[in-house]
Amino acid sequence: MKTFRIGGVHPQGNKLTAGQPITPVGLPKQAAILLSQHIGAPAQCIVAKGDKVKVGTLIAKAGGFVSANIHSPYSGTVAKIDVIADGTGYKKPAIFIDVEGDEWEESIDRSETLVTTCDLDAAAIVNCIEEMGIVGLGGATFPTKVKLCPPPTMKAEVLIINAVECEPYLTNDHALMMAKADEIMVGIELLMKAVNVTRTFIGIEANKPDAIALLTEKAHAHKGVEVVALACRYPQGGEKQLIDAILRRQVASGALPVSTGAIVQNVATAYAVYEAVQKHKPLIERVVTVTGKSLTHPGNLLSRIGTPISMLLEAAGGIPEDTGKIVLGGPMMGKATANVETPTGKGTSGILVINESEAHRTAPSPCIRCAKCVSACPMGLEPYLLAKSTMAGNMEIAEKGHIYDCIECGCCTFSCPAHRPLLDYIRQGKGQVMGIIRARNAANKK
Amino acid sequence: MDIVAISVISLGVIGAVAAVILYVIAQRFKVEEDPRIDEVESLLPGANCGGCGKAGCRNFAESCVKATSLDGLFCPVGGSEVMKKVAGVLGMEAADATPRVAVVRCNGTCENRPRVNSYEGAVSCAIVNSLYAGETACAYGCLGYGDCVAACQFGALSLDAATGLPVVDIEKCTACGACVKACPRHIIELRKKGPKGRGVYVSCVNKEKGGVARKACTAACIGCGKCAKECQFEAITVADNVAYIDSDKCKMCRKCVEVCPTHAIHAVNFPPKKPAETAQTTAPADASTGNN
Amino acid sequence: MNKLVVSPSPHIHSGISTPQCMYGVLIALIPAFLVSLYFFGLGALLVTLTSVVSCVVFEYLIQKFLLKEEPTISNGSAILTGVLLAFNLPSNLPLWIVVLGALFAIGVAKMAFGGLGNNIFNPALAGRIFLLISFPAQMTTWPIPSTLPMSLDAETGATTLSILKYGSAESLAGLDATQHLIGNIGGSLGEVSAIALLIGFAYMLWKRIITWHIPVCIIATVAVFAFLAGIGNGVEYAAKLAEMHVLSGGVLLGAIFMATDYVTSPMTKGGMVLYGILIGIITMVIRLWGAYPEGMSFAIFIMNGVTPLINNYMKPKRFGEVVKNGK
Repeated sequence: MKTFRIGGVHPQGNKLTAGQPITPVGLPKQAAILLSQHIGAPAQCIVAKGDKVKVGTLIAKAGGFVSANIHSPYSGTVAKIDVIADGTGYKKPAIFIDVEGDEWEESIDRSETLVTTCDLDAAAIVNCIEEMGIVGLGGATFPTKVKLCPPPTMKAEVLIINAVECEPYLTNDHALMMAKADEIMVGIELLMKAVNVTRTFIGIEANKPDAIALLTEKAHAHKGVEVVALACRYPQGGEKQLIDAILRRQVASGALPVSTGAIVQNVATAYAVYEAVQKHKPLIERVVTVTGKSLTHPGNLLSRIGTPISMLLEAAGGIPEDTGKIVLGGPMMGKATANVETPTGKGTSGILVINESEAHRTAPSPCIRCAKCVSACPMGLEPYLLAKSTMAGNMEIAEKGHIYDCIECGCCTFSCPAHRPLLDYIRQGKGQVMGIIRARNAANKK
Repeated sequence: MDIVAISVISLGVIGAVAAVILYVIAQRFKVEEDPRIDEVESLLPGANCGGCGKAGCRNFAESCVKATSLDGLFCPVGGSEVMKKVAGVLGMEAADATPRVAVVRCNGTCENRPRVNSYEGAVSCAIVNSLYAGETACAYGCLGYGDCVAACQFGALSLDAATGLPVVDIEKCTACGACVKACPRHIIELRKKGPKGRGVYVSCVNKEKGGVARKACTAACIGCGKCAKECQFEAITVADNVAYIDSDKCKMCRKCVEVCPTHAIHAVNFPPKKPAETAQTTAPADASTGNN
Repeated sequence: MNKLVVSPSPHIHSGISTPQCMYGVLIALIPAFLVSLYFFGLGALLVTLTSVVSCVVFEYLIQKFLLKEEPTISNGSAILTGVLLAFNLPSNLPLWIVVLGALFAIGVAKMAFGGLGNNIFNPALAGRIFLLISFPAQMTTWPIPSTLPMSLDAETGATTLSILKYGSAESLAGLDATQHLIGNIGGSLGEVSAIALLIGFAYMLWKRIITWHIPVCIIATVAVFAFLAGIGNGVEYAAKLAEMHVLSGGVLLGAIFMATDYVTSPMTKGGMVLYGILIGIITMVIRLWGAYPEGMSFAIFIMNGVTPLINNYMKPKRFGEVVKNGK
C-alpha cells in the first residue's frame, strides 16, 4: 500500500467516534465570530452594532488577497464589535451576535436534493468559492480560492483530495464522507472544472475501509476520479507528504506544492465547495469531532462557526471531572487551550479532551542521540540538531539545517525517548530564522 | 658531517624562502588600520555584550573612530566615565548620558496574580509567549521562565522563587539592554538610575481595561489616572489603560505612590519614611523587586 | 476540575522512554548471558555481578557527591555499561580488575564527559581497552569452556583468533563452525555464542531498538575483507576464513551491542553504513597486520571518535532535496 517515503510515525488511532453519524447541535444565545479564522489578513468588519443579520449575511469582507469573507452563521442582532479571548487566551477582534431565531438568507437552498448540474465556467466557480468564504478545512485554513489560482507559470495537472485524516481521534472527515459521498463527488467535479484538470485522486488511509469502499463505488460514475488507499502513517495528511504518497513527487524546499502539478484540497473543503456553488450556502458551519476517553457522549457534531467550545463539550456529555487538557484539533498538531469559552472557527476540526493521567508531559532527560527523531522526521531534517542550535541561539546552524522546512508535525517530540521538547524549540527557531531571512532579503533588495 | 651539513643548509634554505614568502604576502595584503581603534578598544570593558547596538567592543571602537561625533554612540557598561576617556582619545565631546538601570515592570507575584492553568513544555518565555497568554489571566505580565536571566551576561538578574519574578541587582546591572530585548512582553525597561539607586515606576504594563486587569492581578495598574493628576511635574501619562512615569521628568516626590489604589506604583531604595503608616503595605513587595 | 494543562503540540507520546531502550538491550543480552553461565559457570556470574554493581555504585556516587545532581541510575544505562563491560572480559579475571575497569568506564569515559548522552566513547569499550592495555596477560588468557558448568578451575588455551593469525591452513581447517555458533570456544564471556548474540539482534530489531545498518555493515565488511585476504589460497579456504573471522572474537558482540550504542554511533542511516564499513575494515587491518589478534574494540573505539565528524557530514536525505518528479 502506498505511503510517503521519508520518516513518519504511527500513533495509536483512538478513533473513538468512528462510525458515529453527524449530529447537529443547538444554537448559542450569543455568539462571537472571530475576524481572523484563516491564514492571512483578518477580514474587515462591514456591520455595525444594532444591525440585523440573517444566516448567510456577509458580515466581514476579505482583508486582502490572502484572506476570506465571513458570513453570519446566525440570525439576530449585532451586539457589539469587540475583542474576545481566543484559544490562546489573547484577545482578538470579533463580531458578537445576539441570536434570535434561525432565519436564513433567501438565496440559500436548504433542501437536501442533490444538484449535480452546473453551468458555471471555471472563473465563475472560483469566484463563487471566494464569495462564500471557503477556506481549507483540514486545519490550516488557507483560503481556497488562492490555492485554485496558481501562479501563471505553473499548471495544475491533477487534483488530490485529502481524506487521509491521519490525526488520531479525529473522525469528522470520515463521518462527512459516509454521510455526504454524493455531494463530495459533485464538489470534486466542480474543483476539477475550476482548476481545469481531468484526473483526481482521493487519498484515504486504510483505517477507514468503509469510506474507501463507498467512495470507490461512487467514483465509478465520475470520470477521472480514483480512490487511493494509503497505509496508515502520520503525517500523511500533510500536503507535501500526501503528494509524495500518491504521485511519488516531492515538493522542493521553498517551492509551492503546485510546482509538482498537484493541487490538494481537503475532502471537507470539497463538500463546502459543493454547498457554496450548488446551494449558495456560505461556510457557516462544519463538522467538529468532540472526543476524549472520558467523555460520555463523544461524537461528530455539526455546529455553526462561533459556537463556544464549552457548548460543544456540553453536547458531548459535559467536561469530565478528570480532564487534564483540552486540545483544539488533533493530538499531534492541535493547540491546547485553557479557555473553554473560545468560539470555534472555520478551522476547528475537533475538540479533544485528554484526561489528567495522559495530560502531563514527562520531564525531559538528556539526549542519548538515539536518532529516533531523525528517522521520524518526514522532512528529512535533524530535529535534535535544530533544537540544540536554537537553545544555544546558534541560528546559523539551524538555518543550514533547513529549519524553515519543518512542518511542525510533532513526529520528533512524539518519538523522543528522552521526552525532550524538540518541536517547542524548533518552532521557535523556525520563526527566528524566517525573520533573519526576511530581514536579509529586505536588506539585499536595497 | 655531510649529513649535518646537508640538513643545516636545506633547512636554512627552506627557512629563508618561507620568510621571504611570508614577508611578501604580509606587505601585499597589509590592511591599513587606524591605531586609535586599538586604543579605544583597550578602554572599553571588553564584555562584548552588544548593549551599544554593535557586534562587540571592537566593532564599537571602529564605529567611534569613524564617527564624526559621539552622538548615539554610548557604551552602557562603561558609562560616562569610559565614554569621556574615549572622547579624550578621539578629541571629541562625550555625549552626556545618565546612568540607567533595568527595571522589571510587573508585580504579578504568585499571590497577586493567581495561576489559572499550568504550562508544561520548553522552559522559555519566548516559546510560552508565542503559544498562549500564559498561566495567569494577565496576557501582558511576566511569564517567569527567565529569558531575561539567561540573556544577562553580568549575573544581575535572578528569578525569585517566592514571587516567580525576576529581580535586578542594581549593583551588577550595566544597563546593556540585553534583558529588554530578550523579554517577549517588553516588561523590562531601562530607566534613569536615581541617587543610591532610587526610582519610582509603575510596576505594570497591562493594557486591559481596569476591571479586567484588576481581576487578573490585584497589583495591576487600572489606568485610573489618579497618579497623573497628583503629579506636579507632568511626569506621568496614562495611555491604553496603563500609567507610565517618565524617569527623566520624575522628581521622586513619591506622591503618586500614595494615591495609587492598587499599589502598582513602586518606590524603591528609599529609606523607610514612616514605618507605622499603613500606606506602606507594599513595602515588602518593593523590597523584593528592587532591593537586592 | 483540575487546573488545565497547556503545552505546545504534540500532546501524545510514543511511550518509548530512555530506560525502556536500555532495558530492551539488557533483555537482548540475556541469551548470551545464559550461554556464558553454561560454559563458564560461576566465574561468568561473578564477573558480571561485580561489573554491574560497581558501575551502578560508581555512577551513583559520582552523581551524588561529585556532580551534586539527582542520581539517574534507574534509567538502566549504568547497568547496561556494567553488563557490556563484563561481556568483554574473560570469566576468570580477578574481580578487583573488573572493579577497576568499571571505575574507568563510568568515571573517566562517561561522567567526565558530562554523563549520559555526552560521552564520546562507549564507556564499556573504554573500560575494556583500559584493562586490555593495563593487564594484557590477564585479559588475553581465556578459560576453555568447561563441560562442568560450576567448575571454577579453568584451563586456558589458544583462541580461534590466534589460530587465525598465527596458525597454518591445516589448523584453520580444523576449526569447527558449529562449536562457534553454540559458543563452546575460548573467549570473553559474552562473545562466544554466535547464536545467542543473533537472537539478541533479532529481538532488538523486532523491538525497533536499533536498526540493521551498523551490525550488518560491520559483519559484511569483515566477511568480504577476510574472503579477499584468503582468496589467494583458493575459494574454499577464503570462505572458511571469512566464516571464522565473523564467528570468532568480538565481531558479533561488538557489531550488535557495542557499535550500536546510541550515544557514540552516527545519527543518520548513511552515517551508520559508513561507520559500520570503516569499523569492519579497521578490525580486519588490525587482525591481519596489527600487533593484537583482535581489533574489534579498537576499531569501534577509533570510529567512536570519528562519529561527530560523520554526523557533521552525513546528512539525512531531505524531503524534496532531489526533485525527481517521477516523469
